[in-house]
Amino acid sequence: MQDDNHISRRKFMEELRRYQKGSVSRRHFLGVTGLGTAMAVMATAVPALRPRPAFAQGDIGNRVVLATWPNYHDPENFETFTDETGAFVQVNVFGSNEEMLARLLAGGSGWDVFVPTNYTISTYVDEDLIEPLDLSLLPNYDRSAFDARFADAGIIDGTVYAVPKNWGTTGFAVNTSYLGGTPITTWREFWDRTMTDFSRRTMVHDYQLTTIGNALKYFGYSFNSVDPAELADAERLLLDAKPHLFAIVSDIQPAMRSGDAWLSMAWTGDGKQLNTDHPEIAYLLGREGGELWSDYYAIPKDTQRRAAAYALINHLIDPAVNAREVLAHGYPTADARTNALLPPEMLNDPILYPAQELLDALEFAAAVTLTDPNRAELLARFKSA
Amino acid sequence: MTRRERTWLLVLPAAIWFLFFLVLPLTVVLVFSFGERGTAGGYVPAFTFEQYASLPSRLTAFKNTLILAPLGTLAALVIAYPLAYQLAVRTSPRWKTFLLVLVILPFWTSILIRSYAWIVILGGQGLPAILASFGLEDVRLIYTPTAVTIGIIYGYLPLMVFPIFVSLDRLDKRLLEASSDLGARPFATFRQVTLPLSVPGMATGCLLVFILLMGEFLIPALLGGGRVYFVGNALVDLFIQSRNWPFGSAMAVTLIAVMLVTVTLYMRLVGRLSARQDSASVM
Repeated sequence: MQDDNHISRRKFMEELRRYQKGSVSRRHFLGVTGLGTAMAVMATAVPALRPRPAFAQGDIGNRVVLATWPNYHDPENFETFTDETGAFVQVNVFGSNEEMLARLLAGGSGWDVFVPTNYTISTYVDEDLIEPLDLSLLPNYDRSAFDARFADAGIIDGTVYAVPKNWGTTGFAVNTSYLGGTPITTWREFWDRTMTDFSRRTMVHDYQLTTIGNALKYFGYSFNSVDPAELADAERLLLDAKPHLFAIVSDIQPAMRSGDAWLSMAWTGDGKQLNTDHPEIAYLLGREGGELWSDYYAIPKDTQRRAAAYALINHLIDPAVNAREVLAHGYPTADARTNALLPPEMLNDPILYPAQELLDALEFAAAVTLTDPNRAELLARFKSA
Repeated sequence: MTRRERTWLLVLPAAIWFLFFLVLPLTVVLVFSFGERGTAGGYVPAFTFEQYASLPSRLTAFKNTLILAPLGTLAALVIAYPLAYQLAVRTSPRWKTFLLVLVILPFWTSILIRSYAWIVILGGQGLPAILASFGLEDVRLIYTPTAVTIGIIYGYLPLMVFPIFVSLDRLDKRLLEASSDLGARPFATFRQVTLPLSVPGMATGCLLVFILLMGEFLIPALLGGGRVYFVGNALVDLFIQSRNWPFGSAMAVTLIAVMLVTVTLYMRLVGRLSARQDSASVM
């Protein structure tokens, strides 16, 4: 939403009355008030405000609920969807896959589309929480266009349960002005420097997968290990490092931007956004490896608006729409059709597309890390220590 | 309709409310606390004391809460009392309403947004930068227990100010005149008349703040940066991260039990305190 479209309270009420009386269109109303997506919430609360014209795709209902991650979409793409179908997109933002699973397990989430990460999909299938996708309702999905590495996790026993959204890596962001000439290139160095010259300046995620996984990499173990002896080593390292940490948070950008923290675990998009605004903050991958991930669109079994769910996914994976998404959030896509529409400097960005040898060392998270009670308990002990 | 029937009819809505929103949920929590975690998380029916047996692993969370909740309550009391006193006793009626509105004003915005504001204020570019310009270098505030304490005092101060204000505002001014007529100096009057008569207000304020603080999770999560861990934070993690609902329920039941004990002890203490004052004022 543009800030220059400011409108006075009185003017707003006038426009609202005009709209209610039907003398202006919804589009005009949204335009002059600059309400955009905010209208979605209001419209669901005040259904009488909403006229119901006919749409090309038929009536898919008046709204669709999307559960996704922060800073992960171009709001304008939701508006075009609403214009084309009459369904408002209501966005719920989440912080972890664990939280998404907890909501779906509890039932009555009210979601129509959500964005799970690769390693969680088999659990959703086992728990009977997501539905096999009817590909005839997703004409924009073309399996051959996707890099198999980032599309396979959505296909289980030959059935497509989820279609690829974006992929990325988990590395670290470091403020290079404090490196003192000695770079950090590995997770071993990440943790060692945390306990020496970066003491009280390092942040780790409030997320078992990455914090435990990258502690496991210190010892050269797999990012995905659930071996009790290896987890015990990781726990010892985490407890040793804890007094030296600045914070255990997943929202790392504010402290990196203010200069309070100098080093932090980070995802591709955080790294890219920080580097764009503060060139002295670099985004790097540990040489020993770490996480490679891929997000997907999926539909929960208990959706109340199935047609709208399919329509939204189909809209968002349209290559032209998807290219606008990528330009807005800065996460790479595995869709060759979309990449063909992106500027070359984006496709050559080393933060988005790391060197092959760095990429080769990365691992996809394993399903067991999501359900293993020991990893969850370990993080809780680390946080409460 | 008899008088008895009418009474029942009037009590019915409240009774239904209590049944559905207090008794039933608490029963669910109690039943869950004896269950087991499913493979993907959630609840599987069982009858085991395993969850209660693993409570010691969250001892630090209980310890942090049991230290910071009374401390925060006390700090809020010490800061709120003079403020409430000024408002109730020293301020002209014309200003009183205006100043009271200022006290409530923060409640017009969600605590989440106000806590985010504190992240900026306590962050390196905020208060520490101002302190540095006065020569106090390298003060670290955000993501420390100090930041959590500041956030708690800020967030709970109005809850403490109001009950104390009310008890001081209703204070019979003739008692103060009587006290000074009998030769008491202002401080003696305050100590022997005003303070004892405001005990009910202080007691209510402390109880209100303490109970809410015991379940606090937002302020430690945002201002403590995951390094200050309360029972509330442990509960949030158990329910939405590790999805260990039975263990979370066992912890919730334990928290309720701890609260019942502390609040009962507190009420007894307050009761004894005011009883002593009553007998003292008779003498």
